[in-house]
Amino acid sequence: METLINDFSPGLFAVQTILLLLLIFLMVKFAWKPILGSITEREEGIQDALDAAEKAKREMANLQADNERLLQEARLERETMIKEARELKTKMIAEAEADAQAQAHKMIEQAQAAIEGEKKAAMAELKTHVAGLSLEIAEKVVRKELSNKDKQLELVETMLGEATLN
Amino acid sequence: MKIFQQSFKFFALIVLVFLSTTIYAYSSNEDGGEIDTREEVDAYISHHLQDSHDFALFSYTNDEGERKHFGFPLPVILWSSNGLVTFMSSEFHHNDDGDVIVEKNGSKFAKIHSKIYELEAGAEAVDFDEEHHATNAARVLDFSITKSVVGILVIGLLMFFWFVRLAKQYKKKQIPTGFGRVLEPLVLYVRDEISRPNIGEKHYRKFTGYLLTVFFFIWLLNMVGLTPLGFNVTGQIAVTASLAIFTLIIYAFSGNKDFWMHILWMPGVPILIRPILAVIELVGTFIIKPFSLLVRLFANITAGHTVIMALIAIMFVMKDTLGVAGATGLSFILSVLIMFIEVLVAFLQAYIFTMLSALFIGMAVAEHDHGHDVEHETADVEDVRGDFI
Repeated sequence: METLINDFSPGLFAVQTILLLLLIFLMVKFAWKPILGSITEREEGIQDALDAAEKAKREMANLQADNERLLQEARLERETMIKEARELKTKMIAEAEADAQAQAHKMIEQAQAAIEGEKKAAMAELKTHVAGLSLEIAEKVVRKELSNKDKQLELVETMLGEATLN
Repeated sequence: MKIFQQSFKFFALIVLVFLSTTIYAYSSNEDGGEIDTREEVDAYISHHLQDSHDFALFSYTNDEGERKHFGFPLPVILWSSNGLVTFMSSEFHHNDDGDVIVEKNGSKFAKIHSKIYELEAGAEAVDFDEEHHATNAARVLDFSITKSVVGILVIGLLMFFWFVRLAKQYKKKQIPTGFGRVLEPLVLYVRDEISRPNIGEKHYRKFTGYLLTVFFFIWLLNMVGLTPLGFNVTGQIAVTASLAIFTLIIYAFSGNKDFWMHILWMPGVPILIRPILAVIELVGTFIIKPFSLLVRLFANITAGHTVIMALIAIMFVMKDTLGVAGATGLSFILSVLIMFIEVLVAFLQAYIFTMLSALFIGMAVAEHDHGHDVEHETADVEDVRGDFI
């Protein structure tokens, strides 16, 4: 302890104190203030830039989500449209088939009816014609009977033969 | 690289300025000057640990048996009984035993163990008692530019030069280049790892300048102490005392109401104990804290220098037992290893001093959020404890 106190130099203490005071003053004024100021400024700049980048990223993500959603919606819409169209198509085909069948059926029926009518008319005409012929034959037979008996018979026979042929 | 070259030029310029005050090379007839025995080693180490009035670079003994010293003298500035006296340290002719008497302004001065004594009126030579204390001479107030002051000046100028350059770089660019890129992380380290966590976000800016100055000052001086130039600035108790008192003044003057209240009238303890606590706290704050700061730095650096020199001395002391090669090899290996540790200690002590300064300042400016209006006398012990933990 005695050597410790003996080693203490008051002069060196005074010189050191003055020099350190001077050094602290000069360093603070010319070095630390500008250095720390610039570093703080830079750090704030970096922080701002990072914040801005983060914000942009978030906005980008939002935008992307929007796009995705829109795309999804469009896809769904397209699918429903395609589905509807397909249904419509099958329905139309079915309807057309049914229509065509009904039409054909109706035409066939009409044709059958027409044929039936024609047939009936033809039969009626034939009956009328046969009746006329019968009358004509009867008239001719009557006439011949009046002139020649034999001839009349012969005629009737011929006429009958003809009528059967007809 | 350019910056490095420039700072080297700057450093060389400083050295040249000192050198230009004539490198001395003179002879003295001290007993040999060779250091071989344990006693001589001890004397050499204790001599080195003290401040020196001249800047010795090396000494040797020539063929005629004369001791030659190389170095340069430094100015001696004394406040004697006859007023201010100045002369160059070369006038003592490298004598450290009080044999050479310098007479100036009617006073006689002698240098004994790196300290300058003024002889009493009428005395012609220094008389010593059995314990080798001067009986007819007294210490004078010595403001000399000693080797330590040279160290302080060189490191101060170097720091100023480096960091002003760094500060100027920021005007042109965001990120420093060259040597500034080395310095910037160190500045950030002190700010973010020492100042900010210990003092707190609110007040740290005000004290960072002091902490940075002290950190680099101590670190660089510790490192210079490891060079063969033989500085021992941070191993001078006057220097560490000055540094510790700076910290003391700063935290004493920036202490807030809470700080003083906790010292003088501790809340939360019985009234009768408060004065006793006040005494303890006052001693702790104004004596123990700065004392621990100054002794820790001083003792660590002194111990480091002592150990390195002792290990180097193995070379001479153990020459007979181990042989020249063995002693030199052992000394070399051990001193290289301890040198690595000392480089770490140089940083560590600068860090610890700065860290503790920041901690003490932080304690003085801390804002206590727990309310002292709460009546503690009746409260449960555990509740009170909770307030302090």
